[in-house]
Amino acid sequence: MFNFASFLDLPLIWYGLIATAIILYVILDGFGLGTGILFPFAPTDQCRDRMMNSIAPVWDSNETWLVLGGGGLFAAFPLAYAVLMPALYIPIIIMLLGMIFRGVSFEFRFKAHGRSRKLWDLTFHVGSLTAALMQGMIIGAYVQGFTVEGRSFAGGAFDWLNAYSVMTGVAVVCGYTLLGATWLVMKTDGATQEWARRCAAYVMWYVAAFMGVVSISMPMMNPDIRSLWFDYPNYLMLMPVPLLTACLFFILWFDLRKEREYRPFFLSIGIFLLGYLGIGISLWPWLVPFAISVRDAAAAPTSQSLLLVGITILLPVMLGYIGYCYYVFRGKTSHEPFY
Amino acid sequence: MFTDLDPVFLARVQFTFTVAFHILFPAFTIGLASWLAVVEWRLLRTGDKIYEEVYRMWVKIFAVTFGLGVVSGIVLSFQFGTNWSVFSDKTGNVLGPLLGYEVLTAFFLEASFLGIMLFGWDRVSRKMHFAATVIVAFGTLLSAFWILSANSWMQTPQGYEIGEGGIFYPTDWIEIIFNPSFPYRLIHMVTAAYLTTAFVVGGIGAYYLRRNLHVRHARVMLGMAMIMAVFVAPAQILFGDFHGLNSFEYQPAKVAAIEGLWETRQGAPMVLFAWPDQEAETNRYAIEIPKLSSLILTHDWNGEVRGLKEWPADERPPVAVVFWAFRIMVGLGVLMALTGLFAIILFIRKKLFDTPWFQYWCMALTPAGFLAVLAGWFVTEVGRQPYVVTGLLRTAESASPVAANQILPSLIAFILVYLFIFGAGAYYILRLIAKGPQIEDEVFGAHGVDQPPIFTDMASEKGGDHV
Repeated sequence: MFNFASFLDLPLIWYGLIATAIILYVILDGFGLGTGILFPFAPTDQCRDRMMNSIAPVWDSNETWLVLGGGGLFAAFPLAYAVLMPALYIPIIIMLLGMIFRGVSFEFRFKAHGRSRKLWDLTFHVGSLTAALMQGMIIGAYVQGFTVEGRSFAGGAFDWLNAYSVMTGVAVVCGYTLLGATWLVMKTDGATQEWARRCAAYVMWYVAAFMGVVSISMPMMNPDIRSLWFDYPNYLMLMPVPLLTACLFFILWFDLRKEREYRPFFLSIGIFLLGYLGIGISLWPWLVPFAISVRDAAAAPTSQSLLLVGITILLPVMLGYIGYCYYVFRGKTSHEPFY
Repeated sequence: MFTDLDPVFLARVQFTFTVAFHILFPAFTIGLASWLAVVEWRLLRTGDKIYEEVYRMWVKIFAVTFGLGVVSGIVLSFQFGTNWSVFSDKTGNVLGPLLGYEVLTAFFLEASFLGIMLFGWDRVSRKMHFAATVIVAFGTLLSAFWILSANSWMQTPQGYEIGEGGIFYPTDWIEIIFNPSFPYRLIHMVTAAYLTTAFVVGGIGAYYLRRNLHVRHARVMLGMAMIMAVFVAPAQILFGDFHGLNSFEYQPAKVAAIEGLWETRQGAPMVLFAWPDQEAETNRYAIEIPKLSSLILTHDWNGEVRGLKEWPADERPPVAVVFWAFRIMVGLGVLMALTGLFAIILFIRKKLFDTPWFQYWCMALTPAGFLAVLAGWFVTEVGRQPYVVTGLLRTAESASPVAANQILPSLIAFILVYLFIFGAGAYYILRLIAKGPQIEDEVFGAHGVDQPPIFTDMASEKGGDHV
């Protein structure tokens, strides 16, 4: 039985790996969900075809990151998994139902014509919107913490539902819309791109506003987070996070005006990364805020060691072939030659 | 509201429903991916367009079923936590890494190369496309490997120790992964998946032949399916028998329920048909063949077979379900093996492709694999009850602290949503079958009408079909 616990900080490594899987999910499926949220507002049916085509070859592997996040949590931190899932029972089930509708829409829409095609347009939009809203509400509930007794959730069925989580839900919907819109700016041209750029320029102000509200409200709700961010010398070290975010927003605004095509998407990713980093810093070391820490929730060291071997070998391989698949479908969706 | 309903019962119904719904799709796609790889290999070897047309028809059906499998599978990866959090907490150290390896080795492989398989026909070389198909097929098998290893460990656990609070800790990974029932279950399940696909493909081929449609394609479909029926269906009966003997050694209570035996005895009879009565601990209306059970299980006319009364009443599985599900599975398996026998006879008489009754027979058996797979899973899962980890962790003690008034609405929502998307999926698959294989010139001819969806917005206003 191999065990790396003597020379590796396994819970910390696994926290990092799962955090990576989740943010990769958020970014990759984020632009997919955002495309779905924007779907019914596109100017023409042709735009909608193009939008769906731009994500059809990759949506499946993008959603697999969520399975890795969920599966990884089960494997590396089973206690956290066992507490969080019942606590978030209702929003997770609703999110899954939304993702079901969204996922089948790809396959069914390609095969439908006329009115039934409209039906799958609708399920694609509603499914994406529902999944995004629920993910945002889950984050809102998460940062507010959970009631835990012993090794299980002891709160109520609707603890996750309050004004704050509704706000974070709408915030994530806006954030995904920004990702989706900048993705479309990159992957399309002509009328679709023009429209996507206007959407991005519009929704980025909402994203900035919501990020501001969350950044101010989290320290206000919790004294530990307040002292973490505002006590000397912490704020000197942490100040780059909000400053950099503001810079990225400014460059994004500038790029959208200058009609740059590629950079806005990567700037939006940067904004997401910084927001995620901010939440991560605030909540450390809690895995189930504010009840179970990363170390308390960790699986047996042998379990974490076994999967670490696999992920160390396989993650680079996976990233390699996932990159290859993106490369195969590179370029503008509409610039493809006729056959 | 609903507080009088038992949350554990509702959670079990919900898990049964979502997992049974899910298993239909992998059972089909495991076989279909491998078969498509063979078809594409034939295409590369012979250059015969017929294989390309068959491939392109079935890859669309593959896409729909794979999509349904993915979305119903994501639900499962969360349901261990939402509905069975105590189980997740206690077994996470053992089962978590196995499921983690499934995601890392299989899910990303399948999901990534599926995009190339479906949309990459004109974007990558023929060989790369073939490689993508093979990789997807390999991914489905890897996925089966890990998930069946995890399931088998729950059936026949070993390589663990139990710590404080009933939490399982791994002591030997090789023992855990290759637990006693795993090799048997893996072979039995993968073979079942291959047969499921074969009978679907064969049934559709027979339908085309009966209607005199796409005759050359239909011969490929029925012919390749019958190769499976001839060689694999009888082998499956053998694999099933080995699996049964393994269960007899490690899970005798399950086998007692399968056989419908209440009393421990030498020379136990084979109960062909009966109505097992759990309360009265006896069979009603039984038809028995003397001593046959002992012969099959112990290879001795007078061997001892333990009956259900060996176990206290609260440690016996629900006998009637296991008993009947087993008979349905075996009955379907025999029909499949018979199909292979008929196919040989007709082939020797050179009438395999134009015998009407055989075409109807194959059409009738189109869903046989699905039903057999479901019945088989009911045998093995219900047969393990009342335990979720055999002998160690009871199902009733594994559930989440989630109240009935949360589970009932989610259960109803899953049933409604699944019926809706299943109906839609079935409708589109039937339409694809009705449309049949498209002759190459029509698809990619000079008109350029039907382009892969990545190009559809340029090709036509209405968009197009896959591939």
